[in-house]
Amino acid sequence: MELETQSVIDAEISAIAQATEQAGAGELQPHVDYPPYRSSILRHPTKDLRHTDPETIERWAPCFSHRDVDPLESDLTIGQRGEPVGERIIVTGRVTDGEGRPVRNQLVEIWQANAGGRYVHKRDQHHAALDPNFTGAGRCLTDDEGNYRFVSIKPGPYPWKNHLNAWRPAHIHFSLFGTDFTQRLVTQMYFPGDPLFSRDPIYQAITDPKAREMLVATYDHDLTQPEWATGYRWDIVLTGSNRTYTESEDSDL
Amino acid sequence: MNTTASGMSTPGQTVGPFFHYGLPYDGDRDLVTPGSPGSIRLHGTVYDGNGAPVQDSLIEIWQARPDGTVPQEPGSLRRDGWTFTGFGRASTSRDGSFYFSTLAPGATEPGAAPFFAVTVFARGLLDRLFTRAYLPEDEAALAADPLLSSLEPERRRTLVAEKDEQGYRFDIRLQGEDETVFLLFPGR
Repeated sequence: MELETQSVIDAEISAIAQATEQAGAGELQPHVDYPPYRSSILRHPTKDLRHTDPETIERWAPCFSHRDVDPLESDLTIGQRGEPVGERIIVTGRVTDGEGRPVRNQLVEIWQANAGGRYVHKRDQHHAALDPNFTGAGRCLTDDEGNYRFVSIKPGPYPWKNHLNAWRPAHIHFSLFGTDFTQRLVTQMYFPGDPLFSRDPIYQAITDPKAREMLVATYDHDLTQPEWATGYRWDIVLTGSNRTYTESEDSDL
Repeated sequence: MNTTASGMSTPGQTVGPFFHYGLPYDGDRDLVTPGSPGSIRLHGTVYDGNGAPVQDSLIEIWQARPDGTVPQEPGSLRRDGWTFTGFGRASTSRDGSFYFSTLAPGATEPGAAPFFAVTVFARGLLDRLFTRAYLPEDEAALAADPLLSSLEPERRRTLVAEKDEQGYRFDIRLQGEDETVFLLFPGR
């Protein structure tokens, strides 16, 4: 199959952006029906999502603890024989729910490409080196204030076959749980100023520019540590909780 | 900046094609040891809009215990064979199939219809989808369920698992005529 050019994809992206802007209908969540991302065409529901009140089980979430996660799993640069190649980074932030409450002691999982933009995955055919000292997957638990923290390597941009000369902006995949099942979130964190943002149909599938920017971390020199690693801050807001909080739970916010 | 006006939550993005070394883990789909007393299999296949199996999707379930209570025990990532955590995760195989070894969930309230809460992720799917796999046995409870009773029969069918020899079958259709009913909860 012959791949289309970037300019074809760019034109589709900008046509959708113009149409949503004119209709005042920019959306805060990605359009699941977003043809510029070719793989989405047969994999999105065409019927409206059904508005549903959560039942009891959906107002709770699975529980994780240090039984599940070793503190060392938050440092993706250790555990191998040597130092991984690339820029060492610290990525940290706070997970809150829609009402600003911290999401405490909950699981955060990440996975990413290495500095050359290569994933440790048998289906990744990118001609970039694998790094024997970097696998690119990590886990941690948020603390009592909802903070998470990882040490990793800045991932490279990643070529894919959505169209000819398609490149994903550098990103880290994040998986999050809240206090409710309904808050489950899988998303991607990006780095500030990436020149590939405007050309990426996955990022652009979120048609509200302010919502898209919520996926972009901020460089923070106060997090940067001398002669060791640069620091990025990325806060995550889950949807509102549907659980009824008791006064005692609310009073210690 | 990622600080914005209140009311906005962080958008989702696709799980992509390379989640296999980030999310799956040993024992992820075995909430209980397969074949142990009371264990059942919940299994199915994920299909795209052409009816082709989706080989790079990830399914999660979250459920009550057989007595209807909600587990709040850690240990899903390090199964010890004794603790029922209520959470499981299964990536689909090359033929689009997934399975869980688990216990049948009970009703969380008297008369409520028991179901598995299900989350669906896939390459090509830009945001996660929520659905429910209801147990088929208690017809009175199913008839009284607020969600099921609001659906036309052909849509309702997509949410009720089929009983089979080892447990239940629950296929997921992302698109098409028999598209699974996916849910939108308040707050998003």
